[in-house]
Amino acid sequence: MQAFTTLTGTVAPLDRADVDTDQIIPKQYLKTIQRTGLKEGLFADWRQRPDGTLDPDFFSNQSQYQESSILLTRDNFGCGSSREHAPWALLDYGIRSILAPSFADIFYNNCFQNGILPVVLTAQAIQTLFDRVLSKHTYQVTVDLAEQVIALPEGERYTFTVDPFRKDCMIKGLDGIGLTLQYEPAISAYEARRSREAPWLF
Amino acid sequence: MGSQTLFEKIWNQHVVREEPDGTTLLYIDRHLVHEVTSPQAFEGLRLAGRTPRRAKAALAVPDHNVPTTDRKQGISDPMSALQISTLENNCAEFGISYYGMQDIRQGIVHVIGPEQGLTLPGMTIVCGDSHTSTHGAFGALAFGIGTSEVEHVLATQCLVQKRPKTMEIRVEGILPDYCSPKDVILAIIGRIGIGGGIGQVVEYTGSVIRSFSMEGRMTLCNMSIEAGARAGLVGPDEKTVAYVKGRPLSPQGDMFAQASQAWLDLKSDPGARFDKVVELRGEDIPPQVTWGTNPGMVTDVTGRVPNPADIEDEKVRSATQRALDYMGLTPSISVCDIKIDRVFIGSCTNSRIEDLRVAAKYVQGKHVSEKVKAMVVPGSGLVKQQAEEEGLDRIFREAGFEWREPGCSMCLAMNADVLTPGERCASTSNRNFEGRQGKGGRTHLVSPAMAAAAAVAGHFVDIRDWA
Ligand code: SF4
Repeated sequence: MQAFTTLTGTVAPLDRADVDTDQIIPKQYLKTIQRTGLKEGLFADWRQRPDGTLDPDFFSNQSQYQESSILLTRDNFGCGSSREHAPWALLDYGIRSILAPSFADIFYNNCFQNGILPVVLTAQAIQTLFDRVLSKHTYQVTVDLAEQVIALPEGERYTFTVDPFRKDCMIKGLDGIGLTLQYEPAISAYEARRSREAPWLF
Repeated sequence: MGSQTLFEKIWNQHVVREEPDGTTLLYIDRHLVHEVTSPQAFEGLRLAGRTPRRAKAALAVPDHNVPTTDRKQGISDPMSALQISTLENNCAEFGISYYGMQDIRQGIVHVIGPEQGLTLPGMTIVCGDSHTSTHGAFGALAFGIGTSEVEHVLATQCLVQKRPKTMEIRVEGILPDYCSPKDVILAIIGRIGIGGGIGQVVEYTGSVIRSFSMEGRMTLCNMSIEAGARAGLVGPDEKTVAYVKGRPLSPQGDMFAQASQAWLDLKSDPGARFDKVVELRGEDIPPQVTWGTNPGMVTDVTGRVPNPADIEDEKVRSATQRALDYMGLTPSISVCDIKIDRVFIGSCTNSRIEDLRVAAKYVQGKHVSEKVKAMVVPGSGLVKQQAEEEGLDRIFREAGFEWREPGCSMCLAMNADVLTPGERCASTSNRNFEGRQGKGGRTHLVSPAMAAAAAVAGHFVDIRDWA
């Protein structure tokens, strides 16, 4: 996994609540057996209007957001299906951090597995960011994971919380499976004990 | 120790180790695998030179991508075919049980787990699929994971987790006739919202929940994720034990006796504290119909679609407007005036034998409206076989339904079963997101009885006074 320390990037706005993973990456892109190349499918059904033409108002069709690495959105982002293709597609587009008032659990978790930092900010902070982003051609912020701060160009600093274990894994770019395998003796001991207590599980 | 909830008991039994900050290495008893969310996990194992820690704890089945028409022809879509053969090859390489497309045991992953007796009370169960919450019906802690975690479980049989919060949803009283577990869970989602359960494990309690069959409890727990919950649970009881008994993968003989004693002891202690409690009355839950583009956008069958003009909150108003535009619905229209084009009876929510029996009752001796195209997709090969033994296939066929091979089908429309743009479907599945059943398709979530009656009438009807 790619490490995440600090990131300064252009913020792309997606002003909708309850964005589900079926929208982030529609099912027709799930037939792949790869993790890469999913950018094509990112918000595919929202990028296009029903008549097949591109929606010029959608962020990923707008030139100023082609290099965006930060996505700004609303509550309950990533709800629905557990498909990890959603963070893969965002990553393939270049998104490394997502700012929202809340996230759905599985998606939130999947982000950390892929070096994308989901940041929960207050609804008010998110509104301020939307106001700024939408009033400028491009708007950049800095996401500092070590300090747990989002720094705005106007000088405001929004702090955020993140689980210490996840933070450590992200900053060091650690392989989660490798970490767990260090505890192999504990897993074996657990299995030995449980197979006596509840033999039907083994 | 003090009073503990069912969730806490299961959790505590699965802690391999815990850091001072609460980060827990949690042991996983069973792992269900399907074709869409596993190829990259197996590839990851190979690249790292790892092998599954306990291949026997996993069971794999193709379901999302399989055709529901005659399978002798194989799969025409080369991408789907590749994904399924990849699963088959991975299972062969790593020694994982695999129920292929020609196997009578093949079906939707959340239907076959319980059916085979793989799902047992007190277990931790995961699958790269959000509706893994279904298995909570047995009092198992079951939740969906992403592909990286699929790989993690294959390699280590563990997951790194933080303890979620708990919520009790208590439904007391008596459910009106003709109302089903599907109506109860839709009403719950309508009440707490699609983000209402974020970060929480829900335990469903109360007389209405106790009265549900195991299949009904599966329908209920299945849609816990649609309220944002990590998992749903129903405490095991005699019904649970009776359901599990004698299934191919469940314990047999003395071991079963020993296990069932342990299972019946698995319940929330009196006075156990939940972080949150929500109460509903069964009497207050009529048949439900969703009108919008998420499962929380739901109302009673006697209700009307909302009118954005009546909504004060600007965000709710615009979301409602957007949903109505997508759904092609006039504000304030009565639910029963909504005409439909398609009916889908199937999915891991409602494709089990009891669902098919109820639906068949509503169509027996009747015919699907001439404007409607309707299909039934049984949840597994064994459900299909059972239904055919009971003559349900004939009832459906004679009424004008298509009778298909098992799989996810039009629940997510990854195979050839899709809505065309603008088509409106009464569906027994679990998600009415934009495009879920096909780009531009419009989905209304309902119970099997409501879907069957709508197929005949051509529009939604209140099944309580419809015969
Ligand atoms: S039936 Fe639908 S919800 Fe259930 S596993 Fe299949 S695609 Fe997912």
